[in-house]
Amino acid sequence: MGCTEVNDRYGDGKVIEACSLFGMMNLKGNRFSSEKPIIAMANMHERGNGLGGGFAVYGLYPDHKDDHALHIMYTSRDAKRDTDDFIDERFEVQEDEEVPTREANVRDPPIVWRYFVQPRKSRLDGRPTDDYVMENVMQINARTGKAFVFSSGKDMGVFKGVGFPEDIAEHFCLDEYRGYMWTCHGRFPTNTPGWWGGAHPFSILDWTVIHNGEISSYGINRRYLEMYGYKCTMQTDTEVLAYAFDLLIRRHGLSIETASLILAPPFWSEIDEEAPSRRSVLTALRQTYGSLLMNGPFTIIVAHYGEMIGLTDRIKLRPLSAGVKGDLFYLSSEEAPIHLVAPHIERVWRPKGGEPVVGRVGERVVQELLVREVGT
Amino acid sequence: MRTQLESEYVVERNEDRCIRCKVCVNQCTYETHYYDPEDDRVCSRNENCVNCHRCVVFCPAQAITIVPNPTRYTSNDHWTQEAISDIKKQAESGGAMLTAMGCDKPYFTYWDRLLLNASQVTNPSIDPLREPMELRTYLGAKPDRLKANAEKGEPLLETDLSPQLRLETPILFSAISYGAVSFNVHEALARAARAAGTFFNTGEGGLDRRLYKYGDHAIVQVASGRFGVHPDYLNAGAAVEIKIGQGAKPGIGGHLPGEKVGPDISRTRMIPVGTDALSPAPQHDIYSIEDLRQLIYALKEATDYAKPVSVKIAAVHNVAAIASGIVRAGADIIAIDGKRGATGAAPKISRDNVGIPIEMALASVDQRLRDEGIRNKASIIVAGGIRSSADVVKAIALGADAVYIATAALVAMGCTVCQKCYTGKCPWGIATTDPWISRRINPDIATKRLVNLLQAWSSEIKETMGGMGINAIESLRGNRLHLRAVGLTDTELRILGIRMAGD
Repeated sequence: MGCTEVNDRYGDGKVIEACSLFGMMNLKGNRFSSEKPIIAMANMHERGNGLGGGFAVYGLYPDHKDDHALHIMYTSRDAKRDTDDFIDERFEVQEDEEVPTREANVRDPPIVWRYFVQPRKSRLDGRPTDDYVMENVMQINARTGKAFVFSSGKDMGVFKGVGFPEDIAEHFCLDEYRGYMWTCHGRFPTNTPGWWGGAHPFSILDWTVIHNGEISSYGINRRYLEMYGYKCTMQTDTEVLAYAFDLLIRRHGLSIETASLILAPPFWSEIDEEAPSRRSVLTALRQTYGSLLMNGPFTIIVAHYGEMIGLTDRIKLRPLSAGVKGDLFYLSSEEAPIHLVAPHIERVWRPKGGEPVVGRVGERVVQELLVREVGT
Repeated sequence: MRTQLESEYVVERNEDRCIRCKVCVNQCTYETHYYDPEDDRVCSRNENCVNCHRCVVFCPAQAITIVPNPTRYTSNDHWTQEAISDIKKQAESGGAMLTAMGCDKPYFTYWDRLLLNASQVTNPSIDPLREPMELRTYLGAKPDRLKANAEKGEPLLETDLSPQLRLETPILFSAISYGAVSFNVHEALARAARAAGTFFNTGEGGLDRRLYKYGDHAIVQVASGRFGVHPDYLNAGAAVEIKIGQGAKPGIGGHLPGEKVGPDISRTRMIPVGTDALSPAPQHDIYSIEDLRQLIYALKEATDYAKPVSVKIAAVHNVAAIASGIVRAGADIIAIDGKRGATGAAPKISRDNVGIPIEMALASVDQRLRDEGIRNKASIIVAGGIRSSADVVKAIALGADAVYIATAALVAMGCTVCQKCYTGKCPWGIATTDPWISRRINPDIATKRLVNLLQAWSSEIKETMGGMGINAIESLRGNRLHLRAVGLTDTELRILGIRMAGD
């Protein structure tokens, strides 16, 4: 059984869902515990329906900084044996163990294993390491249908499953981990039964995406990405977003700001008002990448090494609030959880539709292209 | 030889209403009506009537009704009325059956089997009266990727795009040649294209110099006869289109009878007055795909690489492979004209039997170009029987960048699709070059009617997109998830790349 059958059981063509999002990062790169993110997610309990919750943690494995950390879920022991052999062939495994769990209010938890690996040099063949890891992750996902890679980046990991976010945190003992950046997701799918692999964050290499929305342009976004060799096996909007970021940033070398202008571009009426040089850039971006415009309601929090980005669709049909207190930068579906975990916060604002909010480690200033402050 | 043909239509005149004003007598170019002074009555020669409705619309007393001749041959599903009368016509003339406009046979119109999506609950529909709704479309080749570097957060482009046509609505006026229609019709198409922010296609008869001022909204066509093609003409247009074929008569060139070639047409087409303008069936310098590449680049050279080059083909059996070759040959735009594409004159056998439906052609071309990773290298315009904004929305969702309309544009001006354009006597003043009849098209009014049509369709397209939760046309283009089918077989669904309603 491939990902498609599990995730899109009724063949709706795509997964339809709504969600709660929360992201928190320390702009100096100092690590902190899961306590605040979990409190924030529990506060938005009503935005999920218990069919999915998950966390991405960066700065998670300082002792294995240079190894790719594979988090893999298995629904059968056979699949694990088979995948272990496959991993052994392709990678040097530095260390591996079962991800510790404890009793919690979750349904049918699978085995989740983590491996700290380096690509086998003999197999690399001069290819970029990222391409090699990505290709093998795709293969692991496709080979047995019973193994699914949660995450494969360095010094980061994804924990996710079927349950409310706070229960998933309890199950994976997240209180025992620390990281400088946490992104968290609670899910309200309407057309998919809970499947552990289908929860967010969705991850490829060290990129993670959490997403609230239903992308009306999914049909063409997918067909466009297929032209560039992506196989959209999961049939989720989130998968399409992750591949879009991979294509634009990793393969086409564009900046996160430029990628945002592609996914949520300004209106033509706004572009026409720009000075000639910027107008021609914005026009060329829409002309070339129009098929990647993400139309319909979405809010996403995208994260990778040292960077967290919040972005909504250009008419902001799904909510996003942002805040900064000291070195801490917050993104959230609702404003209340930010106030809950950061009382007396100095700045909270609601980013404008289609304008990315970017937090970078080492930069104390959170980049806001245009913000409308709504009081403190 | 006494004719055995019977009149196709019967003119019924309500004698109580008729005021003997003779408007019908003056309006009918086929001399159907005449006034009998002895009886003080207006009478009709039914055999001349083509059912164009000119007299019906202009009769101030609403006294005229045209009905199909109720006298039929013995009912027979195989030997139909049309089959029998066609044989009789040919037995009397010895010639090929001539007809006009698009195929009128009841082959599937697939548009009518496709239904559109709308948002409910899980995502919001968008109200175009309150939110921006974007139809702007750029036609031309797009690069595989953009190279950009960011300076102070501002992206700077290192990639230059090739020339693009900017449309404010994804609808263009299709090729209608000067000569097939009058100057006034060409002028109205040109002015409406400019007013609506789109383009008109000159067709294969050149462009009258009086219309060069609308050149920035013209696509100038180069067909096998090369009528009216010279450097000024090529450079007058915003884009150049190579006409390989048309949907109404794939594999056959355009024919303009000498009677329609008056002084203006003669000057524009660069042929003597009164000579038949017969376009060869093939382009005689294109016997293969590599020859097409040479012509594409010859035209790009002639226009300094400043204008996109389009290649128009009829939808035929191997359309996907042909389209792929055209894109690889360097075309920036590929125009596909389907089974129902219209014409001013075509052999009936061709119009009604050659080619394939545009829906199937479009679906397979769009998918083939994607499978080969070259869909971005050319825009797709589809043509052939687009009747409404719903057809436009469905065409774009199937994968078209824009549509060409010609019949719809002529109908907006007055045409009633009577299918007699080849006679040159169009009572509506459209498909004629007769100076007296062509004055029936007032360019001001015709322009207004065309602009109204585009405005009405555009607002319907916006409304429909808003319902789907989409606010930019590029998110609809090729987005087949917004289409569902009714009453189609699995094979049809596979080729269209869409699913059944309810699935």
